[in-house]
Amino acid sequence: MNTYYKKYIPYLFLLPAMVLLFVFFFIPFIQTFFISMKDYSSDIYTPIFVGLINYKVLLHSKEFYTSLLNTFLFLFMTVPFLTIFPLIVAIFINQKLKGINIYKVLIYLPVVVSIVAVAIAFKWLYAQEGILNYFLNLINLKSIGWLTDTSFSMLSVALVTIYKGIGYYMMIYLSSLMGVPKDLYEAADVDGADILTKHMTVSIPHIMPTIALVVTVSSISALKVFAEIYVMTKGGPLNSTKTIVYYIYERAFENLDLSLASCASVILLFIILVFSLINISFFENKRYKL
Amino acid sequence: MMKKFFNGFFSHSFLIAMSIISIFPFLWLVSTALKGINENIFEYPPYFIPKDFTFDNFTSAWKQIPFLTYFLNSFIVAMFTVILNLIFSSLAAYPLARMEFKGKKIIFYMILSTIMIPFQAIMLPVYLIVLKLHLVDSYGYMMGYLGLILPFAVNAFGIFLMRQAFLTIPKDIEEAAFIDGSGIFNIWLKILLPMTSPTLAVLAIFTFIGSWGEFLWPSIVLTQKQLYTLPVGVNDLQGLFSANWRLIAAGSVISVIPIILFFIILQRYFVSGHNEGAIKG
Repeated sequence: MNTYYKKYIPYLFLLPAMVLLFVFFFIPFIQTFFISMKDYSSDIYTPIFVGLINYKVLLHSKEFYTSLLNTFLFLFMTVPFLTIFPLIVAIFINQKLKGINIYKVLIYLPVVVSIVAVAIAFKWLYAQEGILNYFLNLINLKSIGWLTDTSFSMLSVALVTIYKGIGYYMMIYLSSLMGVPKDLYEAADVDGADILTKHMTVSIPHIMPTIALVVTVSSISALKVFAEIYVMTKGGPLNSTKTIVYYIYERAFENLDLSLASCASVILLFIILVFSLINISFFENKRYKL
Repeated sequence: MMKKFFNGFFSHSFLIAMSIISIFPFLWLVSTALKGINENIFEYPPYFIPKDFTFDNFTSAWKQIPFLTYFLNSFIVAMFTVILNLIFSSLAAYPLARMEFKGKKIIFYMILSTIMIPFQAIMLPVYLIVLKLHLVDSYGYMMGYLGLILPFAVNAFGIFLMRQAFLTIPKDIEEAAFIDGSGIFNIWLKILLPMTSPTLAVLAIFTFIGSWGEFLWPSIVLTQKQLYTLPVGVNDLQGLFSANWRLIAAGSVISVIPIILFFIILQRYFVSGHNEGAIKG
């Protein structure tokens, strides 16, 4: 086996990927830490090294806390729903029914459409005199300022993320459900179990790892939310939808405050690292084992 | 029998409701875009079928927005992102799956670690690097495209996906080819790649969709409208047509047609339930 190839061959195969990963991942990753410890305010080209002072500033910034809090609020709004509901849909889809493929295609459709178009479509649904408020009025509820009222704005953004995520997580559950051995269901049938018991005792235990995977994957994507917010609210009203990535974006590319943007990035890196480590070491360890 | 009918009826009702919810936001956009200038699009109660049916909003949006340019830009960027990902991922995956060499462990874990680095947390230095390398549209179209493509030209998910695919191929096949005198590069190109074509197809399709819908990065690097990709161009509609929702709706509908066609043609890759490998974080 070892005589197959010359010694340098493996490195040659790895070279293009490694060069790109260095330039666009590793170097920026290290730079984020350096930038976070420099002060650019006097001269953007010759920053001064200031150590951890920027972090002190960041941790005293109310805006940063708000965005951190909003990010976790958004996470708690989206993750439980995206963990449970797509599973229910997947159980319905995982049946022999006429036209099942049409249902799959329609339910998956929002996943492939760009988030920008989805967000614009929802902005239209959310209009003050829009169709959602009409439905509310129909059931004798008052109109809501979906994107203009600070108590609803985050929920409205979360609904868009949920809408776009259902099909995605449904397919993850479906491939997992398809792997449940058929004879387990048959055994449950013999025992006279009804549908609900069948799923509670057979499907759910079998796909438990997938449920956990969906929790971590949807948490990580909740921590990275950006486009929905940029298109619909720009972080407003009154910072009520400003999340951590939006905060980083605003600091870095609108206020040119490289230091605080990088400090916030470092904090985001650590938060996501925790979720990723759980994900890789418990739920996807087969693929990532050497 | 009765129970079965009831279950079927209940399942169909639920799935029909889900399907309607899924496409309703788009249908409502289509309906709005087809309403004429004499109609009140805010009328209570809202109605679905336009009374003054017209295609004017579509022609007007089409005339004012260079959709063809945006479409072409998105296509060029997505195509090259896909091609480079396929080549670089499957190249890097081969030694990781099959060869023994010094530093394999380190390289493996380095690639794995990039999965844990969210792009959003490093986008600022990536932007500074792209500026330094002149990969921005102020240095010409070519550089502008490269700046959109190169940061996403390789992805650890793709490398691991291809590595898994290579691991499932029996070693004897390569050994036989080697004895027949094939070089290692030819074994990779002529034996391994064709045998993993289903995985390559999945990787291609999901990379394409990802690149096609990407918004954050192009909205950071692009300064010239001639290089706008569809998502950036569509977001721009809001400002251009201020609150003219007929035109915004028409423009948004135009923008989603290509990807919906792409999806419908390749639907089996998305909804077969066998693409678990394409999960991304």
